Amino acid sequence: MGKKILLRGSHVIAEAAVRAGCRFYFGYPITPQNELTEYMANALASLSDGVFIQSESELAAINMVIGVSMTGRRVMTSSSSPGISLKQEGISYLSGQELPAVIINTMRGGPGLGNIAPAQGDYLQATRGGGHGDYRTIVLAPASGQELADLTRMAFEYADRYRMPVIILGDGMMSQMMEPVIFPDPIDPKSLPQKPWVLDGAEGRPSRIIKSLILDTSAMEEHNWKLFRKYEVIDREVPEMEQFLTDDAHLAVIAYGTASRIAKGAIKRVREMGLKVGLLRPKTLWPFPKRKLLEMSRTITNFLVFEMSTGQMLEDVKLSLEGRRKIHFYGRPGGIISTPDEIAKVINNVYFKEGLERE
Amino acid sequence: MATKLKRGFIKIEAELCKGCYLCTSVCPLNLISVSDSLNQKGYYPAQYNEKGIEIENHLCKGCALCAIICPDIAIEVYRG
Amino acid sequence: MKKIFGRPKSLKDVVFHYCPGCGHSIVHRLIAEIIDELNIRGKVIGVPPAGCAVLAYNYFDIDMGEAPHGRGAAVATGLKRSLPDRIVFTYQGDGDIAAIGTAETIHAANRGENITVVFINNGVYGMTGGQMAPTTIIGQISTTTPGGRNKDRDGVPIDLSEMLAITNGTVYIERTAVDSPKNVIRTKKAIAKAFRVQMAGLGFSLVEVLSPCPTNLKMSPVQANEWIGSKMTTYFPLKVIKDTVGKL
Repeated sequence: MGKKILLRGSHVIAEAAVRAGCRFYFGYPITPQNELTEYMANALASLSDGVFIQSESELAAINMVIGVSMTGRRVMTSSSSPGISLKQEGISYLSGQELPAVIINTMRGGPGLGNIAPAQGDYLQATRGGGHGDYRTIVLAPASGQELADLTRMAFEYADRYRMPVIILGDGMMSQMMEPVIFPDPIDPKSLPQKPWVLDGAEGRPSRIIKSLILDTSAMEEHNWKLFRKYEVIDREVPEMEQFLTDDAHLAVIAYGTASRIAKGAIKRVREMGLKVGLLRPKTLWPFPKRKLLEMSRTITNFLVFEMSTGQMLEDVKLSLEGRRKIHFYGRPGGIISTPDEIAKVINNVYFKEGLERE
Repeated sequence: MATKLKRGFIKIEAELCKGCYLCTSVCPLNLISVSDSLNQKGYYPAQYNEKGIEIENHLCKGCALCAIICPDIAIEVYRG
Repeated sequence: MKKIFGRPKSLKDVVFHYCPGCGHSIVHRLIAEIIDELNIRGKVIGVPPAGCAVLAYNYFDIDMGEAPHGRGAAVATGLKRSLPDRIVFTYQGDGDIAAIGTAETIHAANRGENITVVFINNGVYGMTGGQMAPTTIIGQISTTTPGGRNKDRDGVPIDLSEMLAITNGTVYIERTAVDSPKNVIRTKKAIAKAFRVQMAGLGFSLVEVLSPCPTNLKMSPVQANEWIGSKMTTYFPLKVIKDTVGKL
C-alpha cells in the first residue's frame, strides 16, 4: 500500500491502469477527459514495454484495443459520450469474441455534440449493451477519487476473469476533482497468468481463431446462451451497493457517481432536521444490485431517484422494485450540477407530500 | 548429343474441380478439355487428355501453368 | 518424376467455398505457399475481412483474428504493437479497405505500421450480391449502378494504392493481378517481397491484386480474366507503385 496522494480524477484512473499492469492505451482527444489520455502518453513513454498511440478516431482506438486484447495483454481506451458512441461497434465485437478490455467513459452533456459539462446521460447506453446484439458489459460507477483507483483496478480483473469489456462510467466532475488517494501496489504485467486462448503465432500448437461470426444458427444460439450464462454468474457475484444511513430510513435517495456525492450532502442536511432519509448508491450499474434494493424495500417505503439526466437508472429501479413501493424522480440533465441544498429541498417536498414521520 | 526432353503429367482431382476451365485456356499444348461426366458438385470437370499414353510420349512438359491458374488446387503436376 | 506442384501445407485440407474462377482461392494459395517457403507458419497472425473471404480462417492453418468490417488495419496495429516480432498481415477487399476502412488504412500506413496489407480488388461487392465498390470502373454495371457507374453521381474509381504511396509511412506498394499464370507468379513475388519487407522491419507494405469475381461481373471465369486484362487495368495499371526498399 502506498501513501496518500492528492490527484485529479483523470490522472487517478490512468495511474491505476498502469499499476494494474496495463501497458497499451489508444485514445483520441475529447473534452473533458484529455488529462487521462495525456497522462497515459507520459506514463507509457517512460515504460520500456508501454505503447501509446493517439489514434485517428475513437473508432480506430477501440479496434486497436481488439488487436492487443487478442494477444492477451491488458489494454485500455477512454473517451467521453460522443466518442463512446463511436466505440459501440468495437464493444459489440469484443463481447462476441469474449475479449477483455477496459473502457472509460467520462460522461458529458448530450445527445449529439451536447456540451462539456458533467452529465449522466449514457447510463442506458452503457448498461443495455449500447451496440448491436445480445450482450452486456460490466459497468462500474465510482463516486470518489479512491473509488476511481479501486474500481479501475477491479475493471481489469473483471475483464480478464470474465473475458469481456468492462466500462467505467465517470463524468466530467469526477475527472476534474482532486481527492486524496492511496494506490495499491503495482502489478508487473509479466506476472499475470497466461491466457490459453491468445493469438501469438501457432508455433508448436494448433492454429487458433478469434471471431464472433457464427453462421450456423444453432451454434449461434448456443453461443448467445453461453454469454447469457456468463452474465448470470456475474449477476450473482459482482453487484455492489453502498448503504448510507438506511437502517432507520423511511425514504432512500438512489444515486450514483457525482449525483450521489451531492445527495449525501443533502441527506446530512435533512437528517439535521429530523427526516429519516438514507442513500443507496449502486457501485455496479450492470449488474444492477436489484436483489439488495428489493431487500431494502421491506423497511423503506419511498425511493427518490436522483440522476443528472431525464431518468435512465430510474428504469432499473422500477424493474427492481417490481411496483412494491413508491418511486419518485428528480433529474437535472444538460450538465447542470445541483447543490446539496437544492436536493435537500426536493427530499423535503417528497417527504412531506408522502406524510412520512419525522423525529 | 541427345538431350533428354522434360516430360510431365498432371493429375486433375475431378471432385475438386468447379468447372471454371481456366486451365483449358492456359495450357499451351491444349492438353486439357472438358469431361462429359458430372462430378458430385454438379460440374463437368476439366480432364487431362494424355491418360493412358506412355509418359515418354507425353506432350506435357510439366510447365504447371494450369496448376498455377487453378483456383481450387485441383491439379498436381509431375515432371521428370 | 517428381511432384513439382501440390497443395501448400499452410492450407487446411478444406474445400474452398469460393465461386468457380474466384481470385480469392488463388491468392489464398499463394499466401500459404509463401508462409511455407519462408517457414513462418508459427509466427504469422492474419486478419481476415468482412466479405467473401470472411471465412479465410477456415482455410489458413495460422492464428487468425476477426476484425470488424474495414478495421483490419487498426486491429493489425494492435496485434503488431503487442507482438512486434510476429508477422501480421491483413487480407482485405476493396470495400473493406477503400470504403468503410479508408481512415484506418491511411492512418496505419501514415504511422508506418510494420504490417503487410493484401488488398483484393475485384471491382465489386461480392458477398453482398454485386453492389458498386469504390473501385468499380466508369460504365461498369452493378446492382446499385444499373445503368453503369456514372462519374457525376458516383464519382470516379478510387486509386487507393497511389494515394497511400504519397505518405512517407509506406515503403513498398505494388499492383498485380491474377488474371493469367504470368501475373499469378508476379503476384506471388510481390506478396513474398511484402512479407520480407515486414520481416526486415522496414515499414508498411501493400500489394493490390486485381482479382476476378465472375459471378458478380456476370461473366465466365475466362471472360472475367479478359475483362481484367483489357478493361480494369486501364484504370488500375499493373506496376510497382512505390519501392523505397530495393532488392530484398
